[in-house]
Amino acid sequence: MRVFVPISVSGWARLFSRWDILAVLLTLGLLVFLGEASRHVFEPLADLQRTPPSLDPANLPEYAARTTLRMLVAMALSLLFTFTYATLAAKNKQAERLLVPLLDILQSVPILGFISVTVVFFMALAPGRVLGAEFAAIFAIFTSQAWNMAFSFYQSLRTVPTELVEASRNFRLTPWMAFWRVDVPFAMPQLIWNMMMSMSGSWFFVVASEAISVGNTTVTLPGVGSYIALAIQQQNLKAVGWAIGTMLVVILIYDQILFRPLVAWADRFRYEQEPGAAAPHSWVLDILRRSRIVERVTRPFAVLWRRLLLPRQPDNADAIMRAPQARHGWITFQLGLIVFALTTFALWQTLRFFTESITLADLGTALLLGLATLIRVVVLIALASVIWVPAGVWVGSRPHAAVVVQPIAQFLAAFPANVLFPIAVSAIVAWRLDPNIWLSPLMILGTQWYILFNVIAGAAAIPAELRAAGANFRVRGWLWWRRIALPAVLPYYVTGAITASGGSWNASIVAEVASWGNKHLEAKGLGAYIAHQTDAGDFHRIVLGIAVMSLYVVVINRVFWRPLYLYAERKFRLG
Amino acid sequence: MNAPLLDIHGLRHTFPKADGGDLLVLDGIELQIAQGQIVGLLGRTGSGKSTLLRLIAGLAQPSDGSVTYLGQPVLGPAPGIAMVFQGFALFPWLTVLENVQLGLEALGLPDPEIRKRALAAIDLIGLDGYESAYPRELSGGMRQRVGFARALVVHPNILLMDEPFSALDVLTAETLRTDFLDLWGDGKLPIKGVILVTHNIEEAVLMCDRILLFSNNPGRIIREIGVDLPQPRNRLDPQFRDLVEKIYVAMTARTPNALTGRQTTINTVLPRVSANLFSGLIETLAAEPYHGKADLPVLADELHMEADELFPVAEAMQMFHFAEVEGGDIKLTDTGKQFAEFGTDDRKKLFQKQLLAYIPLATHVRRVLQERANHAAPKSRFLDELEDHMSTEDAEHTLRAVTAWGRYAEAFAYDDDAGMFSLENPT
Repeated sequence: MRVFVPISVSGWARLFSRWDILAVLLTLGLLVFLGEASRHVFEPLADLQRTPPSLDPANLPEYAARTTLRMLVAMALSLLFTFTYATLAAKNKQAERLLVPLLDILQSVPILGFISVTVVFFMALAPGRVLGAEFAAIFAIFTSQAWNMAFSFYQSLRTVPTELVEASRNFRLTPWMAFWRVDVPFAMPQLIWNMMMSMSGSWFFVVASEAISVGNTTVTLPGVGSYIALAIQQQNLKAVGWAIGTMLVVILIYDQILFRPLVAWADRFRYEQEPGAAAPHSWVLDILRRSRIVERVTRPFAVLWRRLLLPRQPDNADAIMRAPQARHGWITFQLGLIVFALTTFALWQTLRFFTESITLADLGTALLLGLATLIRVVVLIALASVIWVPAGVWVGSRPHAAVVVQPIAQFLAAFPANVLFPIAVSAIVAWRLDPNIWLSPLMILGTQWYILFNVIAGAAAIPAELRAAGANFRVRGWLWWRRIALPAVLPYYVTGAITASGGSWNASIVAEVASWGNKHLEAKGLGAYIAHQTDAGDFHRIVLGIAVMSLYVVVINRVFWRPLYLYAERKFRLG
Repeated sequence: MNAPLLDIHGLRHTFPKADGGDLLVLDGIELQIAQGQIVGLLGRTGSGKSTLLRLIAGLAQPSDGSVTYLGQPVLGPAPGIAMVFQGFALFPWLTVLENVQLGLEALGLPDPEIRKRALAAIDLIGLDGYESAYPRELSGGMRQRVGFARALVVHPNILLMDEPFSALDVLTAETLRTDFLDLWGDGKLPIKGVILVTHNIEEAVLMCDRILLFSNNPGRIIREIGVDLPQPRNRLDPQFRDLVEKIYVAMTARTPNALTGRQTTINTVLPRVSANLFSGLIETLAAEPYHGKADLPVLADELHMEADELFPVAEAMQMFHFAEVEGGDIKLTDTGKQFAEFGTDDRKKLFQKQLLAYIPLATHVRRVLQERANHAAPKSRFLDELEDHMSTEDAEHTLRAVTAWGRYAEAFAYDDDAGMFSLENPT
């Protein structure tokens, strides 16, 4: 599997282009717009009270079903977003210059801090209140799924082999047909891999998005997430255990009946077949493929699908011999106008919003707190690297161990670590530890596994010949690590560390403030700041906190991770 | 209805360069193709012949001049012009049958007809029994057969072939060529003309009725050679050998320094030839049975090299004044003979002498390094300079070639991490 980089790494030349700045502005404008809109509709919601879900385990199947449905709806929306946004970015040079940096900025926004704001916004949009809350939850899950899928699709579209493109043009496939028969199939394996990552990642947000308090309003949607929230509130450890068990079962089920068949099916779309790699199998897919009933039922749809792909009219020569790209200038002009209008609007909104009640002192506070969180992230990533890189290399060098450990590491990355927070909180309270230090590990609890499983993949990819050469020259001990193992896994490690670091920032919003029943702990940091402002319902400062956090993430990606990735890729990528 | 199948007039094509200028890749191309001909476009890598094929296919538009197909200008991918690709360009997610059907589906034909024609094409090209196989299950030769079937099934008037056999092993390539010529000769193919791009001289003589020789940088048609040997042709036939020799002579006559008197300058695109290949070829030439002089086609055969691989080496040896290339022959100079007799250290010294004397770019790099106080200069300094005169890719290749030679000759050092040239070697 080709390694996917979760940030934009296409350009060496400049750290920030004017398109980046535009993207920052537009994102900021969007945040402000949502914040503004929510503030005004906040009052009518004050009387919203709903019966909290019960902790009876018998309810769990229904809750699990509702939670899964939310995730699947969000996944469908993410696919729709991916197919449109990424396609536009890849096919239209003008649009690409703005859309790619915009995506980069968007995925740095810690949406966890923004759930409260979007809840209020969506509840105002929807006629029924429950539906509004559902929308907000689905939107939060969507934002945790969509960005990396769109990125992967965009990168795939950019790398469709020239000969395939030429062949499809030579045989005069219509753009619509070429998209479905060339572009989408080519991107499919990478896209499915990213769908799985997205699905895993979104559990974290499910837990956070189903039970939300903004100011003194509490919105609770029936689901596994709200069940856990209630269990934490009532200090019911047994219920937490039930919820974790349910999640395990749900993850297992959708892995078996959704993703495994998809992966096995998508194997045919792989462009380069690594020799010796065993084709993935799925019993569900085997059943579907061999069943006559399934074939009979699906055939009309297959025929209909093929009809949709066909050109409308029988071909005529004149229609095809057209001069290409005559309207180029017009498109540029129109796009320029739209970008200009949007930017002006965003700038105006942002200025107005911030000058209303944000002072320079507020900004300073947020930046300083961000520094505290930054130190935590850096220290934690370093610690996790020291532990997991050697462990990952050890496991990856032993195929038998890798077969067992790799899926476990991937599962742990999928596991919403926030479920385990209560246990940590009890321990910190019991032993009277300093929350400033001991709450920090929670930030990386769920994200460290990305480092582990990427390093395992990297170590497993070291060619047997290189290992043999090392053994032959009796390269051992520290020299072996320094000269062979570490350089070989570096590109993979960087990929994992980028994901882990981005995820940790996001997690800080729930990790720096944790509670277990009536015990509340807090560490000083930007995450805690955002959480506090959410409790207080101060939309100005929520937006400020989020903007500052996005700023930290973007700057660190650009000045640290991107150069490191490009360096590792250039120097240490094998083959 | 007497319009030629294809008419190319005054065609010029440029690619944009990094500095905003244009790089001329094809110039003054005039070409008419009548029905029933196989026309070969023969030239070195970078002579623009593949680009010309894509212009004919309508995959790109020429900067200047016109491509007319059956009296109609080609302004986009035209119906009736189908292409066979070097790397097969099969869709790995479609079966053999689906790959073949794809072009017909794009035509919007009814399903039964699509199926009938696809099966007929598969049958014709010898793919029976493979209909439900995926490309990855097939060998290279079978894959290219699918490529042929897919192109033929749309009943094109012109079949374009972009080095269709160069990704195959020798035996498989020969089988495919023979099968194709048999079908063509028996009139079983639904096509009226073929354009074949190749760098393989024997392949061109074996298959084509007309061969057009292309020069490099920019690509121009320098010579047209008609082949009227009857099919099937025999590679050992003296007339066949004569034609091959004739083409070698024509192609070597254009290398720099030879008859044309072109000098290597600082802006010459340098071939990337390793010092090892130099030494190997000089030794071979100096020894039995050549005694310092060899016929290029014979040498290519003996060394199992294609003309396209041998030419850059010969050209580089000529730039260094180790050998002279003329009339299809390569002959060692006295310096070349001396080089063959030397041991490793002396060879390096001689190589350095020749490098600094005859490769102006190397001299330039060394002079710049000597003039600077710290005896170091970044790669970009030279790259920028070269890019004023050649494409970014050529500039990169040329600088790499000179770096490799400079390292072997110990004329200067290069640190790739820092991207810096220097006069210091690690001690």
